[in-house]
Amino acid sequence: MKDTSDQSNFRKAWMSLLAKAPEGRAAALLDGAMARPAFTWLRAPEIGSTMVRARAGATGAPFNLGEMTVTRCALTLDTGEVGHAYIQGRRKEDAQTAALIDALMQTEVSQELRTSVLEPLEAEMTTAKAARAAKAAATKVDFFTMVRGED
Amino acid sequence: MYVAVKGGERAIENAHAWLAEERRGNTDIAELGIAQIREQLSLAVNRVMAEGSLYDPDLAALAIKQARGDLIEAIFLIRAYRTTLPRFGASEPVDTGAMACDRRISATFKDLPGGQVLGPTFDYTHRLLDFKLAADGDVPEAPARAAETGDVPHVTGFLNREGLIEEARHDDTPPRDLTREPLEMPADRPLRLQALTRADEGFTLGLAYSTQRGYGRNHAFVGELRIGAVPVEMDIPELGFAIEIGEVTLTECETVNQFTGSKTEPPQFTRGYGLVFGQTERKAISMALVDRALRWEELGEDNVGAPAQDAEFVLYHADNIQATGFLEHIKLPHYVDFQSELELVRKLRREAGVDQVQEAAE
Amino acid sequence: MQADTLSGGFADPSIGSSHAFRAVMEAMARPGTVHGISGAVPPAPLSPAAGTVLLTLCDTETPVYLAGAADCEAVRVWLAFHTGAPLVGPAECMFAVGTWDAVVPLSSYPVGTSQYPDRSATLIVERPDLCATGAALTGPGIKDQAALSLPEVAAFHSNRALFPLGLDFLFTSGDCVAALPRTTKVS
Repeated sequence: MKDTSDQSNFRKAWMSLLAKAPEGRAAALLDGAMARPAFTWLRAPEIGSTMVRARAGATGAPFNLGEMTVTRCALTLDTGEVGHAYIQGRRKEDAQTAALIDALMQTEVSQELRTSVLEPLEAEMTTAKAARAAKAAATKVDFFTMVRGED
Repeated sequence: MYVAVKGGERAIENAHAWLAEERRGNTDIAELGIAQIREQLSLAVNRVMAEGSLYDPDLAALAIKQARGDLIEAIFLIRAYRTTLPRFGASEPVDTGAMACDRRISATFKDLPGGQVLGPTFDYTHRLLDFKLAADGDVPEAPARAAETGDVPHVTGFLNREGLIEEARHDDTPPRDLTREPLEMPADRPLRLQALTRADEGFTLGLAYSTQRGYGRNHAFVGELRIGAVPVEMDIPELGFAIEIGEVTLTECETVNQFTGSKTEPPQFTRGYGLVFGQTERKAISMALVDRALRWEELGEDNVGAPAQDAEFVLYHADNIQATGFLEHIKLPHYVDFQSELELVRKLRREAGVDQVQEAAE
Repeated sequence: MQADTLSGGFADPSIGSSHAFRAVMEAMARPGTVHGISGAVPPAPLSPAAGTVLLTLCDTETPVYLAGAADCEAVRVWLAFHTGAPLVGPAECMFAVGTWDAVVPLSSYPVGTSQYPDRSATLIVERPDLCATGAALTGPGIKDQAALSLPEVAAFHSNRALFPLGLDFLFTSGDCVAALPRTTKVS
């Protein structure tokens, strides 16, 4: 593996972000930012599953919880960069977009992609999460102690 | 045993056509969309994902539509579809401590770090039919309040610090998988948990209830119940590192059970564990109670002969697709078997002289 | 990561693997017969036949042992991308691939259990060539007698003695495959 661990961490972050992006959103941002480059499939989009594991008692021995659907693909740009995607659900278009972005992030347009696709996407997803967390917080019980009788 | 019979193709085709028509119902009424089922019948969707053992809300919604709302039939459709998917691998064990909690309550500690968060629960509703729902209407936005950030710690961790509760010791043994190898006894805890998380909700609930009523009582408190989304991380062989491939909503229940100790274990609290796909609270609590009941042997407790303590009984009867398959097959033609039974009964009656007695009476 | 180590998969995975599976099945069903098999273009030193067999039969749940020269970076990366198969030692493998000199001794591989004889290894043995001459084969799937250019006889003789346990063999050379299941008697 030629990637240094720093590069791996960056790559892990954007691939993880793209995997969780709402349907069609990454594509809309990418197409708003630039024309898509030509590419060749190394692995055409393919739908399969991943066995989700968990731990007994949250921290103990692992067990198989059940599967989730996953779409994956791999492609290479004419300039040689390889892009991979593994994303939740049955979403071939989104997998293609994610793999393209993954490949383009290894080229000189990475900074442009970061500001026009990844950062807005992350901001939108953070806002959506925060809105949900705020609704949960509003259902938090504020206990107040009643005056207790003393003997 | 049933015997294949030929014929009936046209009747079957016509039955399918009528089924499709009945599924659609009165065409003056708007047709249900998959998105409507996914968004508005989400707890049914969650049950189908949990027991179908496949996390995909759109597929579960489609299955519910196709099954006309028969959830076990929908689960059957999901299980059948699941077998057609190539499996890309297994995830890293999810970290429920990092859950973005929609709900998080404890019945054992009032003031716990992170607080009691009720979430979108039925618990404090009056269970009175709300006729306003029969009319269309906009729902006002739920109130919001500034949320604390950071992970919400598990309640069992507090007890653990004092050594009052058994530890769930870290372990990295790859678990057996009952979708790949037939279920064999004895089943270790990871295998039991896999069987329970996809088990029929009604069966699991009934067994859990039986332990509460005294058949293998284990004095369970809900130490913690949490519902929320966790990321799923998988190691990608061609990359050489793990990435998050998505996010699933889970319900986790940890029970804290009284335990007076045994020959091998000191007096302490013990734990039952429930973890289920989706918002599936009743199932997760039931799973935790049954998990704890099944642990009698490893904790050195007595087997009092309760159904919930009998791993073979529980695990071989918990799967509603196996159960419904075997149950419903008896409605298929058994003409030859029955013919032989008929002959046998006639012969026995002749031997017993029953028919002659009847003739004489007439 | 280089694109060239990631190419060489089936052009159309479902059709390509179906054709290849058919060839493997025919070879297994009629021990000693040689069948054409192609579709994959693996990195050296794997033959196209061995690469095609691996892509057809292996996935994330089939541990693979790369024996000898087959255990190189290019093959490891190629196999990881196309199959996701975990790489293991001979004792844990379900499939092993390599030349005869590299895969022996046969005692290192799992031969199954009496309850699950299928939990045994299948060896993909790379050969310089394959032809219907040499050791005499008899048994299920063979009318009268067949012949195959085997690397030796004794090892297969003792493997047959383990039946119903034992190893199964696929021999690959260029774009040809032949098989020797544990049911076949070699003399």
